[in-house]
Amino acid sequence: MFAGFMTNAWIVGSIAAVVAGVVGFFVVVRGSAFVAHALPQSAFTGAAGASLLGISTVFGMGTFALASALGIAWLGKRGRHDVVTALTLVMLLGTGELFLSYKTEYAQAIYSLLFGEVLGVSANEVLPSAVVAGVAIVAVALMYRPLMLTSVLPDMGEARGVRSHRMEMLFLVVVALATTAAVPVVGALLMFSLMIGPPAASRCFTDSPLAAIALSVALALVTVWASLAIAYERNWPVGFLVGTIGAALYVIGRLWAAWRQAHTVRPGSVGLAPETAPAH
Amino acid sequence: MNGLSANVVFEAGFFSSSPVHVALVAGGMVAVMSGVVGVFTVVRGQSFAGHAFSDMDTTGGSAAFLLGVGTLWGFLAVAVAAAGAMELLGVERRRGRDVATGVVLGAALGVAALLLFWDTTVSSTTGATTTILFGSLFTISGATVPATVAFSLAILAAASVSYRPLLFSSLSAEMARVRGVPVRLVGAGFLLMLALAVALSAITVGAILSTALLIGPAATALRLTRRPAAAMGAAAGIGLLGVWSGILVAYDSAQWPGHHGWPASFCVVAVIFVLYLVADLQGWTRAKRTATGQDRMARGG
Repeated sequence: MFAGFMTNAWIVGSIAAVVAGVVGFFVVVRGSAFVAHALPQSAFTGAAGASLLGISTVFGMGTFALASALGIAWLGKRGRHDVVTALTLVMLLGTGELFLSYKTEYAQAIYSLLFGEVLGVSANEVLPSAVVAGVAIVAVALMYRPLMLTSVLPDMGEARGVRSHRMEMLFLVVVALATTAAVPVVGALLMFSLMIGPPAASRCFTDSPLAAIALSVALALVTVWASLAIAYERNWPVGFLVGTIGAALYVIGRLWAAWRQAHTVRPGSVGLAPETAPAH
Repeated sequence: MNGLSANVVFEAGFFSSSPVHVALVAGGMVAVMSGVVGVFTVVRGQSFAGHAFSDMDTTGGSAAFLLGVGTLWGFLAVAVAAAGAMELLGVERRRGRDVATGVVLGAALGVAALLLFWDTTVSSTTGATTTILFGSLFTISGATVPATVAFSLAILAAASVSYRPLLFSSLSAEMARVRGVPVRLVGAGFLLMLALAVALSAITVGAILSTALLIGPAATALRLTRRPAAAMGAAAGIGLLGVWSGILVAYDSAQWPGHHGWPASFCVVAVIFVLYLVADLQGWTRAKRTATGQDRMARGG
């Protein structure tokens, strides 16, 4: 299980889990699941475009992820966020299809980016993804307070002089960075599942943001490690395992939250959401 | 003269090609149906769910492929199951709903990964992913057209029957609840209708176009008018325009220098995206003009 060809998979999987755990917490708090689904799919367009131009996949993917993030932020200023995300996503996939129609040799490899195959990671992919992931995590740490404020209490953020739109743009860029770090290696589906399941589950267990982030990273790591181990033993696709384990964690979290709510005398104390948080 | 100009726009054989006929009819019908359902979807803020259903149909398609039953059954089964799961996990709040959609989508795509893995080991069909995800307007089988039209009309009928309570609870859930509209039930019913509408469009035109036709025309129409019924008509018209002009460009592009046919899905998506951008920028400049003062507006600048 820890044989040579698996080592890189363990390292890269762990990097993806850490960055997804941190960034995913804010994805869930801000209700940006659609963006977290859309941006990783720029891997498809980026890889197709890169193979057409003969440049590196990571570069192509980074370009498209960043352009999509900025496009969603710019169009989202005036339009509904989910609508703009949907349109950007179909435009990304349509463009990817156009690129592919010019060059079909690598089509199968490029489709595999959507579902991901973590077991074929090569050593020279590890360093770039570690560096980009590091940048994403440092960016989250630097903007932690304003990001948290605009996520939970947008009105309060505006009153304190935090430009929520600028924050949204920066956050989308961070999501783009996180996906660029992980997706060329682990696939779009795996990254999306990791950014939703473990963070959403962690919020069911604790109200404190920092504890939730730590728990979210821990759950993401457990998800990835368990998936890699089972994938190695049973030869099942990693994307399937990560997707279903993430969903199972969330269901357990929801059941736990419901049980806790039924057994405490403080109704409405579950979750960080402003709608249910007790007034101070 | 007239014939010459027609040949510039419509390359030879456009009107006599049977795949083009099928694409125009089936694609057009799906566009009209998606435009109407799309207005409700955009107003309710459920674009993510609308897109998620089309992705989850990949799961249904690959399951049906593995079991050897018709793709439509796989799509319909997944549509109903996914709508149920999302409703079960769904929270009243919009952010909670967003997460519920994400979790269900992640799990469903995971299952799709497994099924596609089995599909390829069982029968080494590399094209399965491609067909299900991207579809193609030009490969719709003529035999499915009557079914597509019938299902589309059924969904349109359901939308018009539930028009008032659906619109009311979409625009103001609180007010509707006070007036005695069963908001939760209407919401669940709409989710099911959305799932079926997306399943139908995904099986006909592919997952990408399904989302594009559901969201793009409706969002553009809502920029042009705030009246719901007018928006639905406009969305149906814009969808029709997008599909038909996309088909035309895709067909013509094969005759252009280089002789490389562009994918029809790309052409339709591009037209729809450009229409949205135009409506968006128009609204933006109008808002700016209003902000800078009435005098400029009077001069028409």
